Amino acid sequence: MTTKTADSVSGPFVATRNACKLCTPLGACLAFAGVEGARTILHGSQGCATYIRRYMISHFKEPVDIASSNFSEHATIFGGRDNLRAGLANVTRQYQPEVIGIATTCLAETIGEDVGMYLHEIRNHPSPDDPAIPPVVHVGTPSYCGTHAEGYLATVHALVSQLAEGGSHHEHINVFPNMFSPADLRYLKEICADFGLPLTLLPDYSDTLDGPTWEEYQLIPQGGTPLAAVRRTGQARSSIEFTCVHGEKASAGEWLEERFGVPNHRLPVPIGIQASDALFDVLGSICGSETPARHAAERGRLIDSLIDGHKYLFERRAVVFGEEDLVAGIVGLLGELGVDPVLCASGGDSGRLRSAIARMVPDRADRIQVRQATDFADLEELAGDLKPDILIGNSKGYWLSRRLNVPLVRIGFPIHDRVGGARMLHVGYRGAQQLADRIVNTLLESIQEQSDEGYSYL
Amino acid sequence: MISVLEQRASQIHQDGNSPFAMDCEKHSVAGSVSQRACVFCGSRVVLYPVADALHLIHGPVGCAAYTWDIRGALSSGPQLHRMSFSTDLREKDVIYGGEPKLYQALVQLIDHYRPKAAFVYSTCIVGVIGDDVAAICRRVEAEKGLSVLPVHSEGFKGTKKDGYQAACTALFQLVGTGATDDISPLSLNILGDFNIAGETWLIRNYYERMGIQVVATITGDGRVDDIRRAHGAALNVVQCSGSMTHLARMMEDKYGIPSLRVSYFGLEDMSRALYEVADHFGDGQVQQRAEELVRDEVAAILPDLRRYKKVLSGKRAAIYTGGAFKAFSLVRSLRTLGMKTVLAGSQTGNREDYRLLRELCDEDTILVDDTNPLELAKFVQEKEVDLLIGGVKERPIAYKLGIGFCDHNHERKIGLAGFEGLRQFAREVHSTVMSPVWRLVPRRRRQLAASQANSLSTENLRPSCAGECSACDLPHCNIPAGQEILL
Repeated sequence: MTTKTADSVSGPFVATRNACKLCTPLGACLAFAGVEGARTILHGSQGCATYIRRYMISHFKEPVDIASSNFSEHATIFGGRDNLRAGLANVTRQYQPEVIGIATTCLAETIGEDVGMYLHEIRNHPSPDDPAIPPVVHVGTPSYCGTHAEGYLATVHALVSQLAEGGSHHEHINVFPNMFSPADLRYLKEICADFGLPLTLLPDYSDTLDGPTWEEYQLIPQGGTPLAAVRRTGQARSSIEFTCVHGEKASAGEWLEERFGVPNHRLPVPIGIQASDALFDVLGSICGSETPARHAAERGRLIDSLIDGHKYLFERRAVVFGEEDLVAGIVGLLGELGVDPVLCASGGDSGRLRSAIARMVPDRADRIQVRQATDFADLEELAGDLKPDILIGNSKGYWLSRRLNVPLVRIGFPIHDRVGGARMLHVGYRGAQQLADRIVNTLLESIQEQSDEGYSYL
Repeated sequence: MISVLEQRASQIHQDGNSPFAMDCEKHSVAGSVSQRACVFCGSRVVLYPVADALHLIHGPVGCAAYTWDIRGALSSGPQLHRMSFSTDLREKDVIYGGEPKLYQALVQLIDHYRPKAAFVYSTCIVGVIGDDVAAICRRVEAEKGLSVLPVHSEGFKGTKKDGYQAACTALFQLVGTGATDDISPLSLNILGDFNIAGETWLIRNYYERMGIQVVATITGDGRVDDIRRAHGAALNVVQCSGSMTHLARMMEDKYGIPSLRVSYFGLEDMSRALYEVADHFGDGQVQQRAEELVRDEVAAILPDLRRYKKVLSGKRAAIYTGGAFKAFSLVRSLRTLGMKTVLAGSQTGNREDYRLLRELCDEDTILVDDTNPLELAKFVQEKEVDLLIGGVKERPIAYKLGIGFCDHNHERKIGLAGFEGLRQFAREVHSTVMSPVWRLVPRRRRQLAASQANSLSTENLRPSCAGECSACDLPHCNIPAGQEILL
């Protein structure tokens, strides 16, 4: 039975019914996709790579090539050493990557594969027929531990802890985002540029998973954090990372602080005004300057627009679901809009969702039902009684939306039933603006649709 | 520059002049980004449409999460198949064993959802940690009084094809357990159609119009009780032979039911399927109804096909499918539309499939087995195709290069089988090949500039234009039985 935290007394079902989470290696694939010239190998059965590719392609609508070491029965019994060696060689031959990421699957972890040892052997005893292997970063991502969110963070941690080099500190800062959209990542780069701060954003899949068409097929899509920049994360003047549910152990920023004395700022995901303020304040304090004028102006317009919409929002009831950090971030925004998050749910099970929510909305946290390690079937049974006005989460909530006849505002990952998931903004003032507009307009639309009169003037 | 891996070279046939010798049915090369999935995937796709069964996936959550509600297999009644149930094994379960959790999960779900049967899929690690899934299934079956069928689908145990076999083995345990007294001698089971966008309903309707009773549809819009009495049918008609031949063979061995291998895609294959079924029964009335049906259905779609053909003629297509049998039909369907297949391949074809494909295609058509994104990209570029037909994983390869795409996989929500399906297929192909969007794509601008002329005008294809096209070179629709529909 899934470990239930004190917060979660979700349904008595032992089985997970319509999971509100994905498996750990998916997060690893997403993070590796944001490294320049990187290719990923999933160490396990072919299906894991194929399923995850299909899932990511359906959201990003871009090529997502993930190789597999392709376990057979033989490899499962005798170990996947030869498969990994062949996989590394073939990926190198075909893609000429600058770095290879290896993430394990539950199969490899269960049979006790020691990828680190294999890599050591492959490096020290290269086969004469095989090409020279580029740098390799490996991460253990058994899907029976954590969710895709943990897989993502563990991979960022692995990239930094296996590649970062120390040395004298330079001007640049590190930003370790959460599972943000490509549009979010582009915007974060823009913000830092406007502060005049040289930046290493890791990972950065803003181009690799949201790019233009090609004149010629690219072996690896252009973009991503350069390997050299990943190495220099140990020489940054500061790190900023966005999570309030995941422990320090999994944190790339904490690791760099401890190892190389790079001061780390742990912030909640910057969704909503206060959380965005926290980001702008930290950036300002790092470089000793005010928020750049155009961002201050954006903030001003955002607040002005919230006034326009506030009456449609006040005490409206929302159900929020998705990754724990994302849910906590959205709750922060809803608190500013006057919307009541009546139920906050995640398939994740960090045990910290309630405290993260309390941090975002201290005055109303005790009125919010919080469910961790939950699934969509539990959610459906709970949400009906709560009479929500709006659902906020990924497109897997569409079933819920349809059954409860409550509109869904699509955010996060995956968005499988609309185009533009990659272009959706969540973070910063601009993200808050887009989310707030979409939430208000969704509520207006449902008022309009439920009205007998059907006014076109609201 | 894209190169082909040495180990992959024997699975590609590029040279029309060299003797044909193509390797296939091999384990995918490690590090090659195979478009295949795994054993579990094979079982899951075959069993998924059984709508009144409980489908419990025993393992960590991924296998269940990635297969939740992604397929277009419709049900006319229960929707239980669309729920994704997982034992969601955690670390503790992996260490101490997942049997207690599986038992509890099964009992609870059966009590709550009251399914007609339950399928329990083993995923990779279940085989490794040694859970005795079959024993748990037997126990729950005895306690709950319904069939609880283990599906031995550990991902690493082979390829998708082995998953099909595991699914067939599970289904076969149901066959032969239901009453057959009201079944006509003119009866059949539809095997290997999964009711994507209602395709099984369409096919069933054809057979019923011919006066043939359809006993069980396996597994499109499938029901446990129908499968139980499938052994009472006089004939198994097998589409998607890769997945269902195993079941048909077991039914032939045990119950003496013969089988026919068919395809429901395209004018020729669809017509041939109906004629062959009619001929199998040798009943004059059935044969006559089949002829009438084909004549009426073809007549209904010919005007549209003519219009599409007029603009699509000469366009070049690449095909990559799961099973090879579908590729045959697609080559023919494209030919119906005047299009040329310059690349064809499949994930799971066998030697005989590729030999047939070789005969069916042109001399210079490239054939690929278990290909990968880079090879596909290489060949669609070299061959300057206008269209790629495949599944979601192939789609971005086409789009990145400014090439049209048609989804012919089970995730699609548009019916492409039967006569009406061919019209839909033509519309799909037309809507992507002729879209003005390609004129904006730098890579295609050059190519298209050459063939501009009238081909980009879609004016004459408005649905309102229902009249006969004078430029039509399609045959008259009155096709006598047994005669091939040559276009």
